Amino acid sequence: MSQYKVVHCNINGKDVERTVDVRASLTDMLRNEYHLTSVKKGCEVGECGACNVLIDGEAFNSCIYLAVWAEGKHIRTLEGLTGPKGELSDIQQAFIDETAIQCGFCTPGFIMTAVEILEANKLYTDDELRKLLSGHLCRCTGYENIFRAVKKTMYKRLGKPIDFS
Amino acid sequence: MYDMKALYEAESVAHAIALRLEHPEAQIIAGGSDVLVQMREGRRAGKELISIYMIDDMRGVSIDEDENIRIGSLTSFSHITRDPIIQKYCGVLGEAVDQVGSPQIRNIGTIGGNTCNGVTSADSASTLHAWEAIVELTGKNGVRRIPIKDFYIKAGTVDIRADEGEIQTAILIPKESYENTYGHYIKYGLRNAMEIASLGCSVNVRLSSDQKTIDRCRIAYGVAGPVPMRAPSAEAVANGSVISAALADEFALAVLNDIHPRNSWRASKDFRLHIAVEMAKRCLIESVKKAGGVLS
Repeated sequence: MSQYKVVHCNINGKDVERTVDVRASLTDMLRNEYHLTSVKKGCEVGECGACNVLIDGEAFNSCIYLAVWAEGKHIRTLEGLTGPKGELSDIQQAFIDETAIQCGFCTPGFIMTAVEILEANKLYTDDELRKLLSGHLCRCTGYENIFRAVKKTMYKRLGKPIDFS
Repeated sequence: MYDMKALYEAESVAHAIALRLEHPEAQIIAGGSDVLVQMREGRRAGKELISIYMIDDMRGVSIDEDENIRIGSLTSFSHITRDPIIQKYCGVLGEAVDQVGSPQIRNIGTIGGNTCNGVTSADSASTLHAWEAIVELTGKNGVRRIPIKDFYIKAGTVDIRADEGEIQTAILIPKESYENTYGHYIKYGLRNAMEIASLGCSVNVRLSSDQKTIDRCRIAYGVAGPVPMRAPSAEAVANGSVISAALADEFALAVLNDIHPRNSWRASKDFRLHIAVEMAKRCLIESVKKAGGVLS
């Protein structure tokens, strides 16, 4: 038996609607219906964070989130961060500057968690930052560069001098 | 795509009860961080689901007319940790659920799901036992409230009457339980994030007015047996006793009369018994400190 439902939501600032199969995860919907391929299919059981998106400002693994639950929600993906001409946001640039990328598969998920961290406008300690970033697996970088990219951007946005000691 | 037979979406508690009576085979799904993973791995494949996730009335923390702390069953772990009522009256619960999984899991995971799956290792479970929480169930015959120790029947089984259309709607912490009470939780795991507890220990104390004596002490464990459990022998040692380092040692050793952990791939029984004593001691000392007491 096929079962479908119309899901209305706001994705990256735009009100949209699509008929989706109720068996779809939010990852399925974002990739297949909206072609937002920054949302990666990694483990698909909520462990690796590659499919992470922001829903009403909070980070969620979209692989273990039913597409029908997106009804009425505001969803943000990596595609929503760039400017009108494809200009990179500060956090994306920081990932490049700090070489926080190798294969890039974990990057969109990491960056969306970083967006939630940065938009809190708080100066987190290193331990707090590590805990906030702990829902993502990266098998290339060893995490240190990712940590630096987020920390650097946090200090920059808050107008504080960067202390990497 | 998930391998599910059908999805029924509840719009209200009454609707959820009606759906449950109509589809007795269906599995309730709250945040889905267990149910969807089990569906993916095949254990729940091909099943019908009743989603209660969109019932916003079941979210949030409040103080009810009887001064209980009322936690809606769909309140996420991260919202519990950030809630001012929890921080003021039962901070240890917020600290305990802040050790579940990862930030994303704490945003989707609910306290209702954490308790309804009946797992001994749930990070909320030992603290809810130690604070004598009350589980509220709503079904076709109305509301039923039971102590959390009676809610857990055996590993993976809790007292929810599906044939009466019941769903868990709230968890309550009575005033008698949280008043002037301070607690501490320790989770022992091999890593900090995305970890299931090898053992969890939650202690809370209420001190005498001069802060020299423990008026009431409660301790509960997760993974010290098939369901979360209290350690009454240790509580008896602490209750009414003058605070001292020797008392903390005596209290901690007494837990061995009560707990019966098993060997598993996560940890051996002997190791669990060993760390249970140390965790009880550290939790008691920290709880006493939080309550303003001094260890002589």
